[in-house]
Amino acid sequence: MNPILTIFQRELRSYFATPVAYVFIVIFLLLSGAFTFYLGGFYERGQADLEPFFRFHPWLYLFLVPAVAMRLWADERKSGSIELLLTLPVTMWQAVVAKFLAAWCFIGLALALTFPIWITVNVLGEPDNGVIVAGYLGSLLMAGAFLAIGACLSAASRSQAVAFILSVVVCFLLLLAGFPLVLDLFRAIAPQGLVDAIAGLSFFAHFNAISKGVIDLRDLLYFVFSIGFWLYANAVVIDLKKAD
Amino acid sequence: MITTTALTKRYGDFTAVDQISFTAEPGQVLGFLGPNGAGKSTTMKMLTGFLAPTSGRATVCGFDVEEQPLQAKKALGYLPEGAPSYGEMTPRGFLDFIAALRGLSGAYRKQRLDDVIGRLQLEGVLDQSIDTLSKGFKRRVGLAQAILHDPKVLILDEPTDGLDPNQKHQVRELINAMAKDKVIVISTHILEEVHAVCNRAIVIAGGKLLADATPAELEARSRYHRAVSLTAENPEQAKTALADIADIASIEIDPQDRRLTAFPKPGKAILAAVSEALSSRQIAVSELQLEAGRLDEVFRSITLAQQVEGRA
Repeated sequence: MNPILTIFQRELRSYFATPVAYVFIVIFLLLSGAFTFYLGGFYERGQADLEPFFRFHPWLYLFLVPAVAMRLWADERKSGSIELLLTLPVTMWQAVVAKFLAAWCFIGLALALTFPIWITVNVLGEPDNGVIVAGYLGSLLMAGAFLAIGACLSAASRSQAVAFILSVVVCFLLLLAGFPLVLDLFRAIAPQGLVDAIAGLSFFAHFNAISKGVIDLRDLLYFVFSIGFWLYANAVVIDLKKAD
Repeated sequence: MITTTALTKRYGDFTAVDQISFTAEPGQVLGFLGPNGAGKSTTMKMLTGFLAPTSGRATVCGFDVEEQPLQAKKALGYLPEGAPSYGEMTPRGFLDFIAALRGLSGAYRKQRLDDVIGRLQLEGVLDQSIDTLSKGFKRRVGLAQAILHDPKVLILDEPTDGLDPNQKHQVRELINAMAKDKVIVISTHILEEVHAVCNRAIVIAGGKLLADATPAELEARSRYHRAVSLTAENPEQAKTALADIADIASIEIDPQDRRLTAFPKPGKAILAAVSEALSSRQIAVSELQLEAGRLDEVFRSITLAQQVEGRA
């Protein structure tokens, strides 16, 4: 069997070996529901779409995805099992990709379990289901990008707590990059090209575009490249830090 | 089967492993001996491909660990220090995982699993999570993982560390049973272990290879080699009795247990002369022993000499 598949299965099972997975899923579902109905005004808007549902996903992921990612490599380093894993006949890439895919799949599962809201909106009105599918796709891709950052930073520390805080900070900066708060600041001191580049890094801009149903190849590529970049960094960090 | 050529690992200015070269053939149980921090584990980590050497090279079954890492990793089994595994898994699940990654399948997979589970007596704990197992069982799960694919080369980092005497004995028996057609490298700082399982010992300290010999050859370097020790009711009287033997270089009486040891001049055998001198003067001796040499003493003299040299 392919080593990626073998490691993937082991990792995914390990989530459900402890109550952590169930706690995570319950918190994710409760929070996404609360945000949609209370902060998003799902009913009050009187529109049959899931915009108030997807709008808060970046903030939800900001804390929940690093919580999933923090154990990925920090735990392996702390217990020493990284030495076992990397001396089995697998390549670094296979290990990095397999662990990432398992965590992504787990988050995808939590996201899929929000399906009742999709049913609800279809019962209440006639939403554009194409936009909703795009919303789920965008949300999943964004979660993947957050996760790749978290995986990379979890390899940088043996401590899960340190890994968590680092990931939240980096993800927060990448989220804020698209906000006027940050952009106005740069607009005052930097040339327009740089401001655009910073805005282009923001998760928000790309996520919003996809979740509105506009599937632009550039937005998809942005997330795919982000994931690729951070996973590459992940492998580099493991190589540098595995000795200590 | 294993070769290292000037294998070196540096961390900044610190040299953890300094130009270690050796070759090991099947049938050899090679013991890495050395004080803590001597570079034993680092050498093993480079042999298994976990750490890249700063310079030099290592091959396992002809495969360079850096250039053909997958083939080298396939040929070897490795028990890292502390026998890490995935605590939330059961030994059954863990060994299944290893079997899958090692590419074992079908009847052979089942045969190998049955074999290691039987050898390491894991039947009783197969469905308990590894976290809940005792240290001895955890170590055995780690060993089971290392030998699952019946590797030609086995690298075991402190396989008996932290085990009770019975468990140590079991692990040593296991190593001896597998030794015939494999290269086995174990690291240890327990000297009795060298006697029990190794037929070759490499002493490492300060990252340098200081000695490479059989345990018997190492013992021969001891000043206790071919010395005669005895316990007499009156050691002082015995000492006087032995004073005339020409081949004896010196006689010491241990201040604690009053045991007398006579050291021979280089290359001389004194046992016959000693026993004759004692019986002719009718000195009662409750115990008389020809010493093979003391490994701990050799170990100390080799590694301490290196430390002094290192400081100079």
